[in-house]
Amino acid sequence: MNLDVNTSTPHVSLTSRMLRRGPLEAIATAIIAAGVVMLMQPFFLTLYSWSFAVTLFGTVMFTIVSKVRE
Amino acid sequence: MNDLSTSSQITYRAVPIRPGVIRRIRGLSDQALAWLFITPTIVLLLAINIFPLVWTIYLSFTNYRANRPNAPTLWLGTDWYQSILTDPDIWAAMQVTAHFVVWTVLIETVLGFGLAFLIDKKFRGHGLWTTIILLPMMLSPAVVGNFWTFLYQPQIGLFNYVVAFFTGRGASSFQMLGDVTLSPWAIVIVDAWMWTPYVMLICLAGLRSIPDYIYEAAEVDRASNWRQFWSITLPMALPFIMLAVLFRGIENFKMFDMVNLLTGGGPGSTTEVASITLKRAAFESWRTGYSSAFAIILFVTVFGLANIYVKALNRVKSR
Repeated sequence: MNLDVNTSTPHVSLTSRMLRRGPLEAIATAIIAAGVVMLMQPFFLTLYSWSFAVTLFGTVMFTIVSKVRE
Repeated sequence: MNDLSTSSQITYRAVPIRPGVIRRIRGLSDQALAWLFITPTIVLLLAINIFPLVWTIYLSFTNYRANRPNAPTLWLGTDWYQSILTDPDIWAAMQVTAHFVVWTVLIETVLGFGLAFLIDKKFRGHGLWTTIILLPMMLSPAVVGNFWTFLYQPQIGLFNYVVAFFTGRGASSFQMLGDVTLSPWAIVIVDAWMWTPYVMLICLAGLRSIPDYIYEAAEVDRASNWRQFWSITLPMALPFIMLAVLFRGIENFKMFDMVNLLTGGGPGSTTEVASITLKRAAFESWRTGYSSAFAIILFVTVFGLANIYVKALNRVKSR
């Protein structure tokens, strides 16, 4: 009787680890937060000018990735 | 008596439903029946929420003015967006909003959590104190704005007298609502007074959700109260605190009524938060296209924050 058991965990690539809802949502959340900070910071007008684009990108990304499998 | 006797004489007659109608309803599938029930709601949502949003997005690309509805409407593309996002005055309004949001949320969170921590302990008159603390939250912002305007009066205002009593300054030597330095803090104080109880309620829910056996185990391990607070209370109440922070952040980002009643954005533009600027552009300058673009920028920001809020809410729910 062969008692050899394969105890190693199945190999999961970095891409499939990243393409899950959790990490993608975290990235989208960070982008939204960055956009809001850029909108309200008092230091650079350039950051303020790009804030809407960043927030919009983060929001659209969040809406899309919240449909990705868990 | 007469009414009663009359009403008792009313006879109810069952209205017969025609067999054809019954047959038609019975013939519907479950899915069709579900659609039949939710269609009125969907139509209402489309009419009240979606249509105005789509219309605002359209207007934000045009030069439409609501006070000149018959004037020709020109397509301007993203001109208004570029104009708003490079305008130093709008940027200044965003900084006023940031000052208001950051300080109110910070003060409300610290005080709210502190009050929740105290109220969570059982003591005599605990219910009465909870009710008293919750009172400001139940008032209308219009009422709060009006009576704080009286409290801040330099001649007769109670607030000035209290400050004068503790600092030794003359009661009418300073104006909370008329001073460039003090007015941003005046609105922060009022908002903190009104909404700290709300944060307290959310934090209290968080504290009550911590099971007693964790504290019992910590006591068995001879953990000090300080250690219990940092290792058990704060980490376990943190999702609830985050929820309160996000909710108050979103609400204060949109704040209009109280600021409009207290200062109207003045003196100068020191308390002109984003919503006041938006109101001035929309209903004083009648730049409808421009204000629509500004409203969309604020909407996207709030929508983004609301996404984070929902995520935090789901995390709390899954606990």
